[in-house]
Amino acid sequence: MSRIPSPMSRRKGDDIASRPWRGRVRDYDLFKELTIGVVVVGLLVLGLSAIFSSPDDPGVTLKSWAAAAPSDFVATATAELGGTSGTAGYGPPYNSTPDASQHLGFFNPQELSGVRLPVDTANDFVINPLKTLPTPPAALATWSAATADQQTKWTADYTTALSAAPNGDPARVANGNYGPVPALTSALLGMANSGNLDGVLQNSGQPYNLDYTPTILFLGDGNYFPDLATTAHLTGDQWGVMNETGNTPGQSWLWLFSLLYQIEPYKSSPNADILVVATMLVLSLLLTLLPFIPGLRSIPRKIPVHRLIWKDYYGKR
Amino acid sequence: MSTVKESSPDPEVAGTGAYTWTGKSRQWFLRHLPPDKLLPEDQPSYVATWAYVFGMGAVAGLVFIIGSGVVLSLNGPQWYHVSSLGHFTNSVHLWSVELFFMFMVVHLWIKFWMAAWRGGRLLTWITGMVAFLVSIVTAFTGYLLQTNFDSQWIAFEAKDALNAVGIGAWFNVANLGQIFMWHIMLLPLAVGAVVALHVVLVRAHGVVPPLDAAGTDAQLRDSNGTSPEPEANQP
Repeated sequence: MSRIPSPMSRRKGDDIASRPWRGRVRDYDLFKELTIGVVVVGLLVLGLSAIFSSPDDPGVTLKSWAAAAPSDFVATATAELGGTSGTAGYGPPYNSTPDASQHLGFFNPQELSGVRLPVDTANDFVINPLKTLPTPPAALATWSAATADQQTKWTADYTTALSAAPNGDPARVANGNYGPVPALTSALLGMANSGNLDGVLQNSGQPYNLDYTPTILFLGDGNYFPDLATTAHLTGDQWGVMNETGNTPGQSWLWLFSLLYQIEPYKSSPNADILVVATMLVLSLLLTLLPFIPGLRSIPRKIPVHRLIWKDYYGKR
Repeated sequence: MSTVKESSPDPEVAGTGAYTWTGKSRQWFLRHLPPDKLLPEDQPSYVATWAYVFGMGAVAGLVFIIGSGVVLSLNGPQWYHVSSLGHFTNSVHLWSVELFFMFMVVHLWIKFWMAAWRGGRLLTWITGMVAFLVSIVTAFTGYLLQTNFDSQWIAFEAKDALNAVGIGAWFNVANLGQIFMWHIMLLPLAVGAVVALHVVLVRAHGVVPPLDAAGTDAQLRDSNGTSPEPEANQP
């Protein structure tokens, strides 16, 4: 007994969808339609571009950060020095912080990929840039000579003191033993203010460099850069994934990706990113392979939107 | 030195003149993509609704994306910050992307409600979906190349999802050079190839008929209410 395939099946059979059309035809000019399409879409594109233009808010530099929010810059530099910043505790691909990576049960691709873009925040963001100064601060020698425990204590105490100071102002920090930390962070602030730190952090000693990873990570560890993003409604909890600066539409097609971050169990999960990506991959795969899935592939028959689409055809039956 | 050609011993191709790889390929293409299918001058009578314009709209949008993208590429990523013509070209690139996605999403939904995978059109559906997904990644890399505040923030935010799935080092959103290569070479090649294959498949298989359509449309009434002659005006 031969099995009759479902009319919603992808398979080629002896049905109307599989055979060449034997009914009436209408004139059709492929090239004319393409030309009309290009002209109409071209006019739309030119019109929208002329009326709405495109946003181009200038980027943030370490110099502009240091000038606009010096206290935040110093607090962040202290965290980089003490290894307590977001980047310092990030895990792969930047460093090997234990238990920092996201995972789905035993599947941990972040850990599997390894430390591919090593970042040592104390040395890469603070110590090494200061060493490039014409007159490196003497505090560098004190820092290098100290034990790791001593370094941690200095930065922790200075972080606490900065938090307690009015507006986090380094000039109004209570007296204490912070070792070389105030001198180092102050020297780095001066370097950033002069514009020197942007170049040093980006060029890694090479004449050509197109990799902005250190700058982006350093900026993101502070509050100034994320606060600007909040003002521009770009953060994750503001559906920022699909937004643009200003009122221009952004990547609105990422609405579902953005939505998942707003709901449980994704919202409060420490593995939110890998959960969201995995969900999107599964949903994309389901939609791609929908013709194979009984039930789902029959939705167009059960909800007859096709009668609206081919209204003219069904109206004449 | 000349050689004498023997007639082909292969019964499959005997009489067709196709005994080489090239000849067999030509036969295959002519069988599956005859010129009147590839460049048709008529379509089934049911292909008469606005629902069909969105696929072509997406292709037209892609034409402007590629055109404006080539101009931006030739002038470098900083050009549009300092030139009014560059800024306008950037706007054309942005708005053609927005329209491309709008047309593509509407096209996708309409094809879903048409169950357009029926009758051996599976690969047409799959290539359409792949074109959509690859386009999303391509557009994302474009947003990273704006070299302004938005691209800085997107790089900072988006790194987490990519790092979490272990591809952050090869798709490093803060590495402008790497993303540039993805955006102007690897991904456009992928989008172009998949869209081209999709369009060829649409032509090869023809436009899917309405659900429950009869073998001909002899059962349809004309606009004046009379039934047409059966099999009339066949291609």
